[in-house]
Amino acid sequence: MMLMKRRDFLKTGASGAALASLYGCANLSSKTGGHVVVVGGGYGGATAAKYLRMWSEGGIKVTLIERDADFVSCPISNLVIAGEKTMADITLSYTGLKDNWGVNVIRDEVVSVNPDKRTVKLGKGDDIAYDRLVLAPGIEFLYDQIPSLDNADAQRRILHAWKAGPQTVALRKQLEDMKDGGVYAISIPKAPYRCPPGPYERASLVASYFKARKPRSKVLILDANEEVQSKKALFIKAWDELYKGNLEYRNNCELKEVDVTSQTALLEFDKVKADVLNVIPPHRAGAIATRTGLKLVNNRWVEINWLTMESVSHPGIHVLGDALFPAPTMPKSGHMANQHGKLAAAAIIALQAGEAPNSHPLATNTCYSFVDPKNVIHVSSVHASRNELEAQMAMGWAHNIWADMLT
Amino acid sequence: MKLPYLAAIACLLGAALPAQAQTGPVAVRSLAASCTNCHGTNGKAVAGAGMESLAGEPQDKLLQKLKDFRSGAKPATIMHQISKGYSEEQLTLIAEYFSAQK
Repeated sequence: MMLMKRRDFLKTGASGAALASLYGCANLSSKTGGHVVVVGGGYGGATAAKYLRMWSEGGIKVTLIERDADFVSCPISNLVIAGEKTMADITLSYTGLKDNWGVNVIRDEVVSVNPDKRTVKLGKGDDIAYDRLVLAPGIEFLYDQIPSLDNADAQRRILHAWKAGPQTVALRKQLEDMKDGGVYAISIPKAPYRCPPGPYERASLVASYFKARKPRSKVLILDANEEVQSKKALFIKAWDELYKGNLEYRNNCELKEVDVTSQTALLEFDKVKADVLNVIPPHRAGAIATRTGLKLVNNRWVEINWLTMESVSHPGIHVLGDALFPAPTMPKSGHMANQHGKLAAAAIIALQAGEAPNSHPLATNTCYSFVDPKNVIHVSSVHASRNELEAQMAMGWAHNIWADMLT
Repeated sequence: MKLPYLAAIACLLGAALPAQAQTGPVAVRSLAASCTNCHGTNGKAVAGAGMESLAGEPQDKLLQKLKDFRSGAKPATIMHQISKGYSEEQLTLIAEYFSAQK
């Protein structure tokens, strides 16, 4: 029953604030045109596409390029893995963006970006020219860090299910097929990773499924980190009260390798055999960001100027969502990506009109985690108890944010 | 030395007009958009999904609710925390924005 939310003011320099006040008379109806190409239709990209059209009152032409036919939500997908929701519940169409907002939605893949010519090259279609580019590419898994997983066959057998879609369905099936008395182990990479509370939520929901249907089975969390990365006190309390005996948490367990055939996790000093081994590999910004040559932090995450969301190395290319090197306390979440999409849309509209972007952009975060199918926790208060009201709120959050980005 | 000179002017103007850029319609629209993930685009929440619609609600009612969340007078799941992240001036602007939405 709770969720955590956090609001972060993006700090900007005094000179930035002063500069903007010179241009304080920006008006709502400026229509300077221009064409923005958005790459990736997730929480960040879809929001940016819609808000660019809405806030420019149709003045900016927007093309959204997305490789999948439909939007599939990562938030709530752990409930599908637990058998509480179906894929239909987390799958939404892009037609609202086309029909309501005039976004040109193209199903294709961007294979490269030419920042000098300002064009994107597609897998199937012709090159597309842009005035500004929005990259919302999500994440790419670093399979080279787990060599035995670095091939398609292994990746079919040891799943991440950390991008919602076919892997979500496949992990559900592995859990259904597992015999009672088996072990489900989930490997969590070192932070920062996508959705800090997500692995703990998943472990909780799988434990709930076992408790109801396979009571002799066990959940094992192998965390590369020193401690639970989000909502620690609340998760530990929930595990102690709900899943004592069928959920075990182990810290400092970084995965080094796997044995695919025996579903064994190889740690530094130990090996753990599971019946279902679920590995969330280390990851970094989506491949198109690195392929474009954008400046990265730690060779993983795109560094941006938070006033405009532009890459520090490539002005004119705005980057959103999990691909970013986060500001302090800013998690990699769908909610944050939605806020990034709005910040980028506002900045792009101002820049295209020759105006200064908002000098004090502001973003909030909200995060609900299910600890069982009916109870949700949030992060900020350790006094909060699990409750069903917040579970309703969590679904309300999902339905509203989906509408805010897609319809 | 042209650039430092311009920068100095900008700083002076900024000091004289600190709030202007943050209270114009574009800035307020962005400020209010930080609420709309949960409360619906322009404050029109999805019907039946359990979140309150804000669009067209009386301004004083919205502001009082926000202030009550902030003070703790009105119990909440998360709004008591979110409301503390905004200044009183920002809450006033947000209430004004949503009350004006049809």
